[in-house]
Amino acid sequence: MQELFSDVIVPTADYISRIIVPMLEGTVVTLKLFFITIILSIPLGVLLALARISKYRLLSGAVGTYIWLLRGTPLLLQVFFVYYGLPNFGIILDSFPAACIAFVLNHAAYLAEIFRAGIQSIDKGQYEGAKVLGFTYWQTMWRIILPQTVRRVLPPVSNEAITLVKDTALVYAIGLGELLRATKIAVSRDAVTSPFIVAAVFYLAMTFILTKVFDNLEKRFSVYG
Amino acid sequence: MYMIEARNIHKSFGDLHVLKGISLTVDKGEVIAIIGPSGSGKSTFLRCLIHLEVIDSGDIIIQGQPFAYETEDGKSHYVPDKQAREICKKLGMVFQNFNLFPHKTVLENVIEAPIVVNKMDRKEAIDIAEGLLSRVGLADKKDNYPSQLSGGQKQRVAIARALAMKPDIMLFDEPTSSLDPELTGEVLKVMRDLAEDRMTMLVVTHEMGFAREVADRVIFMDNGEIVEEGCPKEIFHNPGNERTRSFLEQVL
Ligand SMILES: Nc1ncnc2c1ncn2[C@@H]1O[C@H](COP(=O)(O)OP(=O)(O)OP(=O)(O)O)[C@@H](O)[C@H]1O
Ligand SMILES: [Mg+2]
Repeated sequence: MQELFSDVIVPTADYISRIIVPMLEGTVVTLKLFFITIILSIPLGVLLALARISKYRLLSGAVGTYIWLLRGTPLLLQVFFVYYGLPNFGIILDSFPAACIAFVLNHAAYLAEIFRAGIQSIDKGQYEGAKVLGFTYWQTMWRIILPQTVRRVLPPVSNEAITLVKDTALVYAIGLGELLRATKIAVSRDAVTSPFIVAAVFYLAMTFILTKVFDNLEKRFSVYG
Repeated sequence: MYMIEARNIHKSFGDLHVLKGISLTVDKGEVIAIIGPSGSGKSTFLRCLIHLEVIDSGDIIIQGQPFAYETEDGKSHYVPDKQAREICKKLGMVFQNFNLFPHKTVLENVIEAPIVVNKMDRKEAIDIAEGLLSRVGLADKKDNYPSQLSGGQKQRVAIARALAMKPDIMLFDEPTSSLDPELTGEVLKVMRDLAEDRMTMLVVTHEMGFAREVADRVIFMDNGEIVEEGCPKEIFHNPGNERTRSFLEQVL
């Protein structure tokens, strides 16, 4: 295979200008999937975490099973299941919504475990302090416990977000025109490998920005010492 | 009507029988010091009064309202959550390790409960909080975070935070025990002021000086029982019980 590629590894400016537009279009799809997943999986993850530590055994057990299933099987398998499997149950989805659903469900499971650990790391004195002031369970969670959890979970959530950026490449497998697919199309058509380099730069740029955003958040949340 | 009436309270943790029939009544404006050796059940008793622990049997009546009551089967139940919260609001509690909210400034710590729990207008809450913070001598620290305060300052914020809910009764569980000795004075002074204002107070303490000078009544607990109670003079100068005597000999 390899000898069929004609380019040296460094792409020329002229060539890049020709492939950049489809690759940017692919990046837009990647970013859409990323943001939709982040925005929906965080609240879902919080709810799952609260359900997981709930005193209602049935609820906690059901969520435990859910987390086990979604963390215990490959994300790609879950994407396939939603896209190819659900039509058997009469649910037919386009590739993009199918990808979104699988990604949100999967990442929410990972986030739920991160949030659960974060919530459980808060000193029980905080619950007692709130309780003797008359706070209800939800007031305590919302005003006292979860805000303190945010700072503790930022580093692992940052990790998750970076993983997510790269996971988006998986949806290539169900024919979604995201960044990696746009790259592969150029590679096959022009018999060159340089688009791979360009794609790597794109992914690195995205994860770099993400890292900076999370660094900033961590700084902001460190004010209370 | 008593501020607190506890009747024959029993409480076990597993096989460990921690409270063995505690009965106590507290009058309005009374300051009660609870003393006794470590593990005698002092904290557990206070925590049961404010529903941080649940009693196994006995009754608790707060200002004439049943809070926990014993049923036919000899087991006690607290009133439903909503009602329990209302009754709890009459009680304020100060912990040994403060339990301030670290992500909130001093002022925010004090206004949080009035705003969230009592739906008080923010402006009004801030007015009250600033008044309370000056009262405990911390007006200039209102924008600091708890992590930037000394232990004594933290405890004074905790007292202001509890007072912001306008409780009728204040419970203190060893408020100075985690402080450096030179910082206990500032906290005790705030508590003395409260006592002078006729706040009803239950104070678990190892500060015998405070118990002697401020308390109207001293209660000596040992091994889950009230062994002896009386005015400070009696307890400190002429204890009737051998266990009280030997405890006082150790701590004084
Ligand atoms: N949540 C709990 N689970 C099990 N045992 C407990 C619990 N809380 C307290 N105990 C036990 O109950 C007994 C009484 O504890 P408590 O904290 O009420 O004592 P105390 O008089 O406040 O002591 P100290 O002066 O050391 O604070 C101790 O033996 C303690 O180990
Ligand atoms: Mg104690």
